[in-house]
Amino acid sequence: MIKIRGLNKWFGDLHVLKDIDMDVSPKEVVVVIGASGSGKSTLLRCLNFLEFAQKGNIYIDGVEANAKSKNLHTVRADVGMVFQHFNLFPHRTVMGNVIEGLTQVKRISSKEAVEQGEDLLKKVGLSDKADVYPAMLSGGQKQRVAIARALAMKPKIMLFDEPTSALDPELVGEVLQVMKTLALEGMTMMVVSHEMGFAREVGDRVVYMDEGSIIEEGPPSVIYSNPKNERTKAFLGQIL
Amino acid sequence: MIDLPWDFTAIPRFFPGFYAAALLTLQITFFGILVGLVLGLVTGLMRLSKNPLFNTPAKAYIWVIRGTPLLLQLMIIYYGLIDLVSIDRMPAAIIGLGVHNGAYIAEIFRGAIQSVERGQREAALSLGMTESQAMRRIILPQAFKRSVPPLGNQFIIALKDSSLASAIAVRELLLRARQMGSSTLMMLEMLMIVGIYYLMMTTVLNLLMGRIEKRLEVSDYKD
Repeated sequence: MIKIRGLNKWFGDLHVLKDIDMDVSPKEVVVVIGASGSGKSTLLRCLNFLEFAQKGNIYIDGVEANAKSKNLHTVRADVGMVFQHFNLFPHRTVMGNVIEGLTQVKRISSKEAVEQGEDLLKKVGLSDKADVYPAMLSGGQKQRVAIARALAMKPKIMLFDEPTSALDPELVGEVLQVMKTLALEGMTMMVVSHEMGFAREVGDRVVYMDEGSIIEEGPPSVIYSNPKNERTKAFLGQIL
Repeated sequence: MIDLPWDFTAIPRFFPGFYAAALLTLQITFFGILVGLVLGLVTGLMRLSKNPLFNTPAKAYIWVIRGTPLLLQLMIIYYGLIDLVSIDRMPAAIIGLGVHNGAYIAEIFRGAIQSVERGQREAALSLGMTESQAMRRIILPQAFKRSVPPLGNQFIIALKDSSLASAIAVRELLLRARQMGSSTLMMLEMLMIVGIYYLMMTTVLNLLMGRIEKRLEVSDYKD
């Protein structure tokens, strides 16, 4: 579904991604962990072309895309993104947020879009909030709307960039629950998160990154219980 | 009791005689702001462009207009360009006020657009929207809302600045007051009349902008 080869990214002199090779298979759930500054968020943002790598190749569903691609926006539509700070559109209602991509990008009639929007809101348990503005929602509700908004485009893969880091602890569960359901339904997912419970339950693979490189990867049971690399051990020792 | 040299009963007597002049003031202001809004939006967007073909002229325009007095700009347009194209006083005043305000409004829009969080653009792009869709549908609506308070301020300045059109012989409020003052020999009284007119108009404008702001607050509070 996603193929990354030799990806390198610099911010000025700072080398943030170093020769990243990675494959994500269809229906696979990959959890990326690592300290802040390890490049994990940048990697995700490169996959949605919000950042452009200077070197290397990214293939989404077999098609290569880069800064020069003409149809970048259609590539992005196939890659759903959920942000740490939700980034809901404050001037649109919950329903307006969910159907924005449908009416503007997919050019579906608004009546049809609203029907799909209702299904999506039901899926994330927010049917009763359709006409509310984002300012009135809790963080957990906002993130669930953001997930519904991304799902509306029927993406081939969903990227989650620390989806629960900005939430109060008691709101984390409701967001993870929606993500688990998605994973069980067979959505291909790449998740930057330190939620170990989530990773163990639905993650197929955990990738540990440090200083722009992939240090170690493997099934959650192995990475969390039996990491081989010293840096992985040290990092897990800090967060667990 | 000291005998004042002024006859304030002249104020209500002559007050209605300024309607036509007030109308001219309003027209210059209204159309000047309209021109300024269009110029301001275009210039503001050009100024934000990374392409020097767009941002250089925008920067130059803002630099020149903000760096020279409106009075001079009006005179250049009316007395200066009259050799090139015959231009009437009213259009000259409107163009002058519009071009002048365009530079300030461009900076207001630029600031408002830049104040919209980067994540808004990213969220729009991640849905597959193009840059121009993201600007039109997501960023500009939020930027417009944020620019309402500074725009209100600018509109009031424009209304008061329209008095400079008197220097190019537009018979708006201030020129009318000076003419009436000379002919009636009641200069202070006439100036006070136009002062009241200006105060009334800026007050109404203020109330209007306040109501627009209130209405735009909907998405912040509505449940």
